[in-house]
Amino acid sequence: MATIQTLKPGDQLPTIECPPVTRLDLIKYAGASGDYNPIHTIDDEARKAGLPGIIAHGMWSMGQLSRIVSPYLHEGFVKSYSVRFHAMVFLGDQLSLKAQLQEIQNDEYLFNVEAVKQTGEVAVKGTLIFKVI
Amino acid sequence: MLEHLVGKKSNKVLTTVERGAVKKFAEAIGETHPIYTDREYGLKSKYGDNIAPPTFPRTFDYGSIEGLDLPKAGLIHGEQSFEYARPLVIGDTFYCSSLVESYVEKTTKTGNLGFLTLLNIGETESGEVLFKSRIVIILTETVRELMKHGNHSNA
Repeated sequence: MATIQTLKPGDQLPTIECPPVTRLDLIKYAGASGDYNPIHTIDDEARKAGLPGIIAHGMWSMGQLSRIVSPYLHEGFVKSYSVRFHAMVFLGDQLSLKAQLQEIQNDEYLFNVEAVKQTGEVAVKGTLIFKVI
Repeated sequence: MLEHLVGKKSNKVLTTVERGAVKKFAEAIGETHPIYTDREYGLKSKYGDNIAPPTFPRTFDYGSIEGLDLPKAGLIHGEQSFEYARPLVIGDTFYCSSLVESYVEKTTKTGNLGFLTLLNIGETESGEVLFKSRIVIILTETVRELMKHGNHSNA
C-alpha cells in the first residue's frame, strides 16, 4: 500500500489520466452537485453565453484533481485545498492530474497540484495540504 | 458596485452529510476510494463511518444574503478553496452560512472585472467551525450592467 511518509520534497505523485470529458459526465456532476447552470449541459445555452460549446463545471475538474492524493487516505485527510481556474474544459478534453510535493511541515504535506489539458494548457492549478493523523 | 454588501451574512441553514449524496458525488468526480462509499471500510476506519470528498461542501445550501442577487448566467468561477478541521463524516449535522468577505474591481487586460469573495462556513450548534470555503466569483462589466437593470426593474 502506498505511504505518503516516504515522499520527499520534489517528488511527483503518479499522474492520473482522465478519459475524454463526455456530456454524461457533466450531467452526472450537475445532478450530484446541484449546479444546473445550463452552460454545462445544453449546447444552445452555452452558445448563447458566447461559448463554442458546453464547458465542464470548474468544480468538476477540481473534484477530479482531488483524487490525486486518494492513495494515501488511509493515513490522513485533505486539510486544505485551494485552486484557481484557468483554461475552460470542453467536451472531449482529456485532463492529466498531477501533484508535486513542495514541502513537509511536521505532519502536513504541501503539494502543488494541477489539471492539464491534452493541449498542454493548465485548466486548474493550486495547492493541497494533506495532514497525516 | 457590491462594496456595500461586504460584511453581510446569510441566514444559517441546518445541513446533514447524507450517505446517498456522498456516493453520487464521489461517482460524479470519478472517485473510487472505499473510504467514501464502502460502509464496511468506513466503519473500520478512524472516522467510524464513510467521509465526504474535500469538494463536497460545494453541494450545501449556504442561505441567502439580503441584497446579493447574482444572475444565473454569465458568472465566472475564479477561485475556490476548502479548509478543514477534520473530514466531514456521514451523518454530521451542522449549520451552513455565507459571508461577503470582499469585493474589489480591477482593470485587467480583459476589461474591468469585479471580484466577489464569499466565505462559506460549516459550524456546529456550539460554534465549532468544521470547515471554511472561499469562492471568488468574477463579474464582467456586461454582467454588472445586467444586474443594475435587474435591480432597477425590481425597485
